[in-house]
Amino acid sequence: MTPSTLTRHMTAWAQATPMAAVFFFFFIVPLALVVMVSFWDYNDYEMIPTFSGRGYTETFEGCLTRLPEMCTMFKTYTKTVKLAAMVWVLTLVIGFTVAYFLAFHVRSKTWQIALSLVCTIPFWTSNVIRMIAWIPLLGRNGLINQGLTGVGLVDRPVEWLLFSEFSVVLALVHLFTFFMVIPIFNSMIRIDHALIEAARDAGATGWQTLRHVVIPLCKPGIVIGSIFVITIVMGDFVTVGVMGGQQIASAGKVVQTHLDALQFPVAAANAVVLLGVTLVIIAALSRLVDVRKEL
Amino acid sequence: MDEGRPRSFYLLAAFFAAYVLFLYGPMIAIFVLSFQGPDGGLTFPMNGVSLAWFAKLWSGTGIVDIGAAFLRSLKLGLVVMILTVVISVLAGLAFRRRFPGSAVLFYVAIASLIVPSIVTSLGIGLEFRLIDEVVKHLAERWGWTHIAATYTTAMGLFTSGLGAHLTWTLPFGLLIMFAIFNRFDPRYEEAARDLGATRWQTFRFVVLPIILPSVVGIGLFGFTLSWDEIARSSQAIGSVNTLPLDLQGLTTTVTTPDIYALGTVTSAVSFLVIGLALYTIRAIGTRRDRHGSDAGRGV
Repeated sequence: MTPSTLTRHMTAWAQATPMAAVFFFFFIVPLALVVMVSFWDYNDYEMIPTFSGRGYTETFEGCLTRLPEMCTMFKTYTKTVKLAAMVWVLTLVIGFTVAYFLAFHVRSKTWQIALSLVCTIPFWTSNVIRMIAWIPLLGRNGLINQGLTGVGLVDRPVEWLLFSEFSVVLALVHLFTFFMVIPIFNSMIRIDHALIEAARDAGATGWQTLRHVVIPLCKPGIVIGSIFVITIVMGDFVTVGVMGGQQIASAGKVVQTHLDALQFPVAAANAVVLLGVTLVIIAALSRLVDVRKEL
Repeated sequence: MDEGRPRSFYLLAAFFAAYVLFLYGPMIAIFVLSFQGPDGGLTFPMNGVSLAWFAKLWSGTGIVDIGAAFLRSLKLGLVVMILTVVISVLAGLAFRRRFPGSAVLFYVAIASLIVPSIVTSLGIGLEFRLIDEVVKHLAERWGWTHIAATYTTAMGLFTSGLGAHLTWTLPFGLLIMFAIFNRFDPRYEEAARDLGATRWQTFRFVVLPIILPSVVGIGLFGFTLSWDEIARSSQAIGSVNTLPLDLQGLTTTVTTPDIYALGTVTSAVSFLVIGLALYTIRAIGTRRDRHGSDAGRGV
């Protein structure tokens, strides 16, 4: 290392130190503590710093003994993964279509910016507000039920519209589709239009161009958007709580429930499992997309 | 070249319009319902039009001290905004060239973005609980009676809460800085250096003015992310709540339209902040255009 590169590195370190310090104290150390505390013992009112697998045995309670019946923890994760999969498919399809329209069909730059802004404005409102905004529409006396009974499609108001799995998925799609639109749109505007013309000249139909040119080139955007949406849904407990009427269990909600009961080691063990599952899904997702590229 | 719009355009345009309606429909519903008459309920139809629910909100009789939570969130948001800008710009400068450890820091930032918020929040909560234990233990052992008697917790809005918010805003700030410097033309800096500018002068009078609009964008992002943050704050905020946390609690207890009024007011604040930021960005652009070249004026 020459003296000048050393000075340069010193400057870079000095500039990066505040960020590194924040991540060290508020991310790395806390994560390590979660893992550590997940192996601690506890009683009714405090955690006890002795090694114990109780957090995990309690988390996985009944998973082996009650086979083939599913234990609570397994049921919760099946449900959470199902929820994440549904939200992922919906946000991907809607997000891709919206991004495709903005990138390829809106021709002027001004319109592109204006329409993107139209999509961004709702994000300036609090998520909780955007959730409760569904109540006047989906509730028992909400607009949709008023409409349905008014037209005579149903005699009694439909109950499953609000505080149900349906409303949770709806709210999650409502809140997070745009996180899919942004990265996919970003990939799309970088696609060289000559490639699409070349596909057309070579006789590809619109569908073939989409399938063999546009989608492969959007892959990075799709992966980034997917990772974002899936990790949010996997760890979510706010939307599941508010839109599920605090009745639906999900991986994140279980952690929160244990925290409310001040059972920190169990909460930490659950958090470790949640983290593991999320990372496995992300790894699988990036692998899946990579494999497609190889084929 | 103008061959008219293909049919797919109209289909996609209709889809896009449906999406926008999906985005705005519910919001418009609660904005309208917040002007519900004094006898109105949580759903349509409107039972007259009034400002009754805003008045109730303002007098503080409806909902537990929402004004204080509002101020706390505002203060925290501003501090998060300033720190996010300063720390992200500094780190962004560092990342313009590879340095030992840059890859690690980058991956940590990305990890901070994708690790479920509740896990991070739990970790920060545990960290501060342990700090409290240690402080109390040491105070007793070394006989600092004053501390032992009065110390309660290190957890709070501007310690653990601030840290929790920064783990959420900084990764975004860093990514925006990457985007900025990817498009930055280093010849401007070389020119400044050739003209004898010091490194600070180069940054202050050349680099900063060029990146300023995007830096305002980072601040905007930082504020709005903090203003709306729940998941990371939940375990790390201490004894007082921020506005979104209070709001979340209210969803289970409140049955009158004052919660809609609150929604309308918080949205108005967001719009105000965004409006100000966009105005600032525009003003910077206009000023730059008006001044044009400042060649020969010195610094």
